[in-house]
Order: sequence, then C-alpha cells, then structure tokens
Amino acid sequence: MTTTTPLRRPLLQDVTLRDGMHAIAHQYSVEDMVRIARALDRAKVDLIEVSHGDGLAGNSFTYGFSAAPELAYIEAVAEVLTHARLAALLLPGIGTVEDLKDAQRAGVRTLRVATHCTEADIAKQHVEMGRSLGMDVACFLMMAHQIPTLALLEQAQKLADYGAHCVYVTDSAGALLMHETTERVRALVEHLPCEIGFHNHNNLGLGVANTVLAYEAGASRLDGSLAGMGAGAGNCALEVLVGVLHRMGIDTGADLYALADAADQLVRPLQQRPVQTDGNALMLGYAGVYSSFLLHAERAAAHFGLDARDILVELGRRRMVGGQEDMIYDVALSMTDA
Amino acid sequence: MVSQRCNAAIIGTGNIGTDLLMKTLRRGGRVHCAAFVGVDPASDGLRRAAALGVDVFAEGLQGLMRTPAWENIALVFDATSAKAHVEHDAMLRGSGRRLIDLTPAAIGPYVVPVVNLDEHLDAPNVNLVTCGGQATLPILYAISRVQPVQSGEIVASIASKSAGPGTRANIDEFTRTTGRALEQVCGVEEGKAIIILNPADPPLLMRDTVHAFLPDAPTGCEPDIEHAVRAMVAQVARYVPGYRLAQRPYFLWHRDPPLRRPGKPPAVGLQVSVFLEVEGSGDYLPPYAGNLDIMTAAALAVGERLASHLAGEEPT
Repeated sequence: MTTTTPLRRPLLQDVTLRDGMHAIAHQYSVEDMVRIARALDRAKVDLIEVSHGDGLAGNSFTYGFSAAPELAYIEAVAEVLTHARLAALLLPGIGTVEDLKDAQRAGVRTLRVATHCTEADIAKQHVEMGRSLGMDVACFLMMAHQIPTLALLEQAQKLADYGAHCVYVTDSAGALLMHETTERVRALVEHLPCEIGFHNHNNLGLGVANTVLAYEAGASRLDGSLAGMGAGAGNCALEVLVGVLHRMGIDTGADLYALADAADQLVRPLQQRPVQTDGNALMLGYAGVYSSFLLHAERAAAHFGLDARDILVELGRRRMVGGQEDMIYDVALSMTDA
Repeated sequence: MVSQRCNAAIIGTGNIGTDLLMKTLRRGGRVHCAAFVGVDPASDGLRRAAALGVDVFAEGLQGLMRTPAWENIALVFDATSAKAHVEHDAMLRGSGRRLIDLTPAAIGPYVVPVVNLDEHLDAPNVNLVTCGGQATLPILYAISRVQPVQSGEIVASIASKSAGPGTRANIDEFTRTTGRALEQVCGVEEGKAIIILNPADPPLLMRDTVHAFLPDAPTGCEPDIEHAVRAMVAQVARYVPGYRLAQRPYFLWHRDPPLRRPGKPPAVGLQVSVFLEVEGSGDYLPPYAGNLDIMTAAALAVGERLASHLAGEEPT
C-alpha cells in the first residue's frame, strides 16, 4: 500500500476589487463590490483586497478618482464577509499611516504594503504600524523583473526584518519570464523565514502559468482576480488558476464553479475595455512597463493623436516606476511638441 | 560699496549642510558661514569644511554657544533632523538668533522665498517645507493669483540615490507636510502630495508635476495662467538656476463630463497641469539631486533676505 502526502494548500488572495479597479478607471459602484465580494466569500477565497487601484488614498488627479469614497467600499465589503479576510493595499509615498489606521478601523485585517523593488525601506513605518495594530502584513516588491534575484532577496530580507508576515515577488509589468519567476520565488522561499507570495499580470500571456510555477517554487500566497480583472492585460485569472491547481491535485478549498460563475456573470459584464493581452497590453510586458499605465496611456494617445504603444515603450525606456502616471502626459507632450 | 556681512552657523554636516556650505562659499552675498557645526570630529563633512578654511565645531550647537564665535552669529541654518531641531529651537529661544529650519520639524511658519518670505521676516524660526514644496508651491501660488484654486496636487519624483535614510524612514512626513503647506501657503482648499523614488541608473533629475483644479474658471483664462506660471518659473530660477518647465503647461477643461470625485458634487472647471524639472547646480551633490539643491538654494535665499532685513535694508 502506498500513501501520499497531501499537496500543500496555498492561500488564495483575490484582487478583483483592487487591481480590478484599474481596468475600469476605479468606477465600481459599492453595490458591484458587495456583490462580487459576497460571491468570492461564498466560493471560499481566503483573502479579498479592496481599495483604489493605487491603494489607500489613491484618489487623485494623477491616478483617477473612484466612484465612491474609499471607506464606503471597505465598510460595505467588511460587513458581508463571513469567511474571507479583508485586505487593503497601501503604497508609501501615496498613502500614509493615518489612511492605514482608518482602513483598519473599517475592517481591514491584512495590510499589503507595496514599494518599488529597490525601495523596501520606505515601507518600514507602515509595516510596523500594521503589526502594532495586530494586522497580518504582506509586502509587495513591485516591478520585480527590473532587478536580479540577489538584489530582490536583499530587499525582501529588509521587509522580513521589519516584521512582514509575507513578502511578494510582484510582477507589476507582467514581464517576468517563466524561469525568472521560478528563480526569484525559489530564492526568497529558501532564504526568508516568512511566507512568500506571488502577484502578476497577464501581459505576456503567462498570468496563470507563472503563478503555478511560483506555487511549485514554494510560494504560499497566490494572487488572482476573477476573469483576470486587473491592470494591463489583467491579473492571473483566479478561476482558471483554481481549475489548474485542482487538476494538479491541489486542494485550494475554493469552489471552482462558484468562481467561474462570478467571473462570467458578475465581473465580465462590468468590463468596458476587454481585459486581455491585446497589442497595447502586450507592450507593457514587452517593454517592462507598470500595468496600470495602460488606460492612462490610451487616453493620452487618443487625446494627442499618438500611438499608445509609442508612449508605453518610451515610458519603459525612461525606466518609469509605479506611481509615475504623471509622466505619461509628459511623454505625450514631448512627442506632440517634438 | 561692500555690503555688510552677516555671520551664519550651519548645523549638520551631512549632504544638505555641506551643500549649503558650498553655496555660501560660492554664491553667498551677505551670508558668510562663520561656523560649520557637527557632532563628530572625524566626519567627512567637518574635515572637508576645515580643509576649505571654514571654522568648524564638533560639539554641536551647544558646543558652539560656549565659544566666543557665537557672539557674532546672527543666523542659524539647521540641517540636522526634526528631532534635533526641536532641541535647537528651545536652546535659541530668546537668543535673538534667526533660525532657518531645513528639517521637517516645522516649528516656525512655512516659507518659500518667492511666495511669502516677506510676511515672516521677523519670525524667530522659519521652515522650508520640503523639496517638493519648494518646487511646487510657487507654481500653485502663481496660478491661485489668477484664479482661485480649489484642489492642488503635486507629484515629486526623485532619484533613489538622493533620498537619505531620514526621508526613507518617514516618507509620510513628506506627504503630510507638503500637502498641508499647499493649503496653508497657497490657500487651496485641498492639498495632496505624492512622492515617488525612482532608482534608474544613471539617476533621473528631480521631476515635479502640479495639478490645480479651478472650478468655474472663465473661458479664455489659459493665457493669463500660462503667463503667470512662466513668470514664476523665471523668478524661482533666479535662486535655483536649474529650475525649469519640462513641458508647456497643459490645460484640460472638465465640462462635459464634469469632474467627478467621490463624496463631492460633480464640478465644472479647468485643470492646469505643470511639469517641472529641477537640475541641481552640482555645488556638492550631483546635478540629479535637484531635490536637495532646491532646499539649500531656498535656504540661502531666505538667509540673504533676512540678512538684508537685519541690516535695515529693504529690497527696492
């Protein structure tokens, strides 16, 4: 008789209600969010993230204004969750510890602090505040394709030292190749005492594939969104990921049919611009550009009569990082006046 | 006629203090650095200053105050930390010395040389806001002179290499202080500040973007606004030579549809976006560190103005 050890169960982190905000210029209604959150909760997803696409306090001329106030979304979703834990994103430099305290009071239990992959030290005060409030703290090292694995590991070590429960390899540009994903995740898993997570975008069509590779390399928190609803070509599609994991014999605890129904019936109808790897979205992964630049670049291209791909490639050449959406208009103006 | 010198002490021998020292040596008018003050005799900054023939003091402000040199000091530039500045402020209370604060402590009023310095010439302590504040407040102020500004938002992008450990450990301080200064100094109803660190190599020059929202702005006001912005850029460039427009000002009318923001009624109005670039003069720090250059340049401009004021001379 042979016995088999059950395969490790990952934590599923949904980002439909945060990264998905980018795909519709932050225009979910509170009712949309509640409907989707309820479906995710019933489908037994572990964590649900709610915030402006650019995190707490993201409402701005630079990133766009959401349809409803930030706390209205968070409070409404917090009220309907019975299983999943509520998460919110914060980018130091945009949101502050005051915003994080407000979110915690409104029901957020997992804080996700995101910095560019070389700037971990600006997250220290937020990680520490999250910990002191008793929150679960996960940290994103964004644009992880931009630096070698060893450099990423050094930054991740800092976050672990500040007290992060989990550090993410975050492929914000959807630019990581398959072997690069495995190498980065494996290095962090081998050397850090905390959990390792993986978050990506489907700009090179590797959304689900790279997330599965990350799992195989030891990642324990996996991000995904219903129908891939997210910036650029979208995120790893959560229902597809769950289907693949189940086929691999990995129990996720999630209900595949319920997720697929929610993706098809609740999320896809809200998409105004298809969330897919089309020419412009592909260019993000190809040129290594922050995924949420897509809609802004398309808007600027339409306004100035330019090709969005030229703007995106130029942003990649200038090595712009997450949060530098203001440079999209700068690039467009340079091209118009040239 | 040689104008009377005004003796100043610079406390803090790090990047900012050293850059300010170089500026007083190279471009100082009245302001003369009579004391360069640190706490570590072996520090790079103190050694460098001593080699340039500057009088250096290694026992902090307290140490300096015990020496005969203190008698002649009229201005004190504080380039230490917010925490140390609180102590320095207490030590100098009632001493008659003018304190120019380059830290985020902000005990005294926020000052920007081209905006509101004249209102605070008699304040014992003035604060220089933040690098992003020095770069963007003049623009928002200039726009607000033409049309009332309801919301002012700024994004400061700086090279990672130019952000020191103090800035990094408390990045919220930048966001908070700059946002508050937009409201207090420029009178906008709502101020918001964002800071981004970019690690590109070679390092990028400091960039600042200003967005101003002008509800009910009259049609055709754009040329006046553009003129005011350009005039202000030229005024700032007098003391920060590398300060310039990166693009022409950009105007976007929110009419159909109006601007929608959560928790507010839809608003019709004009959005003005101004894209700035700040190249440092390379006095001590490399040119990409425009963020540090604009702080020390503004500090020296404040110092020079206070020096004239103390000498009883007013600019014509």
